[in-house]
Amino acid sequence: MDLRTAIQLGIIGLTFFMLINASALLVLAERKIMGFMQQRYGPYRVGPHGMLQPLADIIKLLMKEELRPKGADKWLFTLAPIISVTAAFAAFATVPWGAQTTFFGLLDEPVKLGVADVNVGVLVVFAVTSMGVYGIVLAGWASNSKYSLFGGLRASAQMISYELAYATALASVVMLAGSLSLREVVDSQSGVWFGFIPRWYVFLQPIGFIIYTIAGVAETNRAPFDFPEAEQELVAGYNTEYSSVRFALFPQAEYINMATMSAVATDLYLGGWHGPWLPPEYGWIWFLAKVGVILFVYIWVRWTVPRYRYDQLMSFGWKILFPAAVINLLVTAALVLYFNA
Amino acid sequence: MDGWLGVLIMIGLGIGFAGVMVGLSLLLGPKNPTPEKLAPYECGMAAVGDARERHSVKFYLVAMIFLLFDIEVAFLYPWALALRDLGWPGFVQIVTFFLILLVGYVYVWRKGVLDWGPVSSRVRSQRPKAA
Amino acid sequence: MPETLVFYLLAALAIGASAMVIGQRNPMYSVMMLIASFGALAALYIQLDAPFVAVAQIIIYAGAIMVLFLFVVMLLNAPQEDRAEWDRSHPLRQPGVTRFGTLMALLLVIELTWALTGPGRAVESGAAPVSSVREVGRVLFTDYMFAFEATSILILVAMLGAVLLARREGEQP
Repeated sequence: MDLRTAIQLGIIGLTFFMLINASALLVLAERKIMGFMQQRYGPYRVGPHGMLQPLADIIKLLMKEELRPKGADKWLFTLAPIISVTAAFAAFATVPWGAQTTFFGLLDEPVKLGVADVNVGVLVVFAVTSMGVYGIVLAGWASNSKYSLFGGLRASAQMISYELAYATALASVVMLAGSLSLREVVDSQSGVWFGFIPRWYVFLQPIGFIIYTIAGVAETNRAPFDFPEAEQELVAGYNTEYSSVRFALFPQAEYINMATMSAVATDLYLGGWHGPWLPPEYGWIWFLAKVGVILFVYIWVRWTVPRYRYDQLMSFGWKILFPAAVINLLVTAALVLYFNA
Repeated sequence: MDGWLGVLIMIGLGIGFAGVMVGLSLLLGPKNPTPEKLAPYECGMAAVGDARERHSVKFYLVAMIFLLFDIEVAFLYPWALALRDLGWPGFVQIVTFFLILLVGYVYVWRKGVLDWGPVSSRVRSQRPKAA
Repeated sequence: MPETLVFYLLAALAIGASAMVIGQRNPMYSVMMLIASFGALAALYIQLDAPFVAVAQIIIYAGAIMVLFLFVVMLLNAPQEDRAEWDRSHPLRQPGVTRFGTLMALLLVIELTWALTGPGRAVESGAAPVSSVREVGRVLFTDYMFAFEATSILILVAMLGAVLLARREGEQP
């Protein structure tokens, strides 16, 4: 194995490791920010400022008993959380997170920071995310519990409804960039307009960005769209019957999906790793900063906006968000053609 | 082809991670099942009937409509990429496509497939204004 | 050589999963196996350098059609397929459905044999390889324009049909 292959494998390993860390960090961040917003401390006992809380949580969950309710489907019950987590990890595979680098002249040819660079990257994210539905709907069905089943059904109906709006919003960006590779989309956003406005697509596609963000919240089943696990109605929804690590894998998949959604939003709308002051090799710092801001907004929204009603959610997705995305796409197309001619 | 290897490795790592975690908890966790623990949760009461009952046909309808619009979305991507080559004729084509789908969309909307609220509120909102 | 190996591995996975779809009685498992089969097919498309077909396969077949199948299985609530009760003493004494299925399978085998042993028409057709998504778009919206617009009519009809069938008499769906 030559140095280049080793470094590429190292990048994949690092991305994987960072995703695991991101899920742990997000659990902590969510509880800390929630505490701050509700004027209390949040976790503070385990480690300095409660920093080790996620580690303590996962050790605790590892030591708990795995329960599988009577009448549950043995194989699908175990398979469901594995599908959820695998889809969450795989969705990040085509998301680049930094510019090309030679590692300070270590390599002759620069390598790309990111797991995989394929020419249909945007569609791969879309395709793999749509696989995540199965983890949830199978968990609901396999549990043989009424709450689980309804949680799973609701989740799948919700996710597929918002998938349309989000995919259509992404098509507008693809049209502007003229490429399906996330890396090329990012690189088409380098530079500035009029000397001070960065050429980010969020300025060309403000409506698309809003649609994408809202659909992203619904896709990851987070408040105010967290109907699959609406605790007042469904106890814990699709994961009611889960315990121990098999339970932990569902929130982990949810947090990784959040990170993926934010990373894709950064790459497509916020210029990825492009930013002022820093040299391109350190662009990943910009990337992380932008992802962090979007993640903060996710958490902020969760603790600020009350939950919708399910019928409101469905009619909002189908009657407002999806038509808005289509109109946005057609207007973008007309403008592209008008200014190109 | 190289790029796809990365996707494959990522899938493998995901399955491996989930498998190791589940396996570890099976090793470390206690095993002390009792009939009460293994009963499906129903707020502390004994479970009534089978959970896998027949449910609303609406879910099926939504999946069907989603499938049809998903095909439309899959067509959008090649069109979005080729738009600059196709020019205005391409734009007219996609608008025609959308107009035909709009008929179906309006039909589905008017038939109440997209409404999930209780029937009473739906009937109220659908009552013709002239009558 | 490794490419050939990967091909055979994926092909075996696709065929094995497809056999499992009809090989057991739990419809839920059949749905899962069909998804696995579609996944293997998508990987084969990638190997053929047709990434767009591969992702479209995952998005539409594995992502949308199988969700529909899953809902139908859950809707009908059939945890086990009914065990057919027929006379097993003779292979020809079977219900019409099975006979029809056998007939179709035989036809497929004949067709496949013919296609595989016949002259390689696909190679000599001389069509330019269409691999990039942009190229797909250009061809789709110029040469196959009519077929594309006809698809929208098809989608429309399917939409009307689904709503009509799911609606009970005199009731909102």
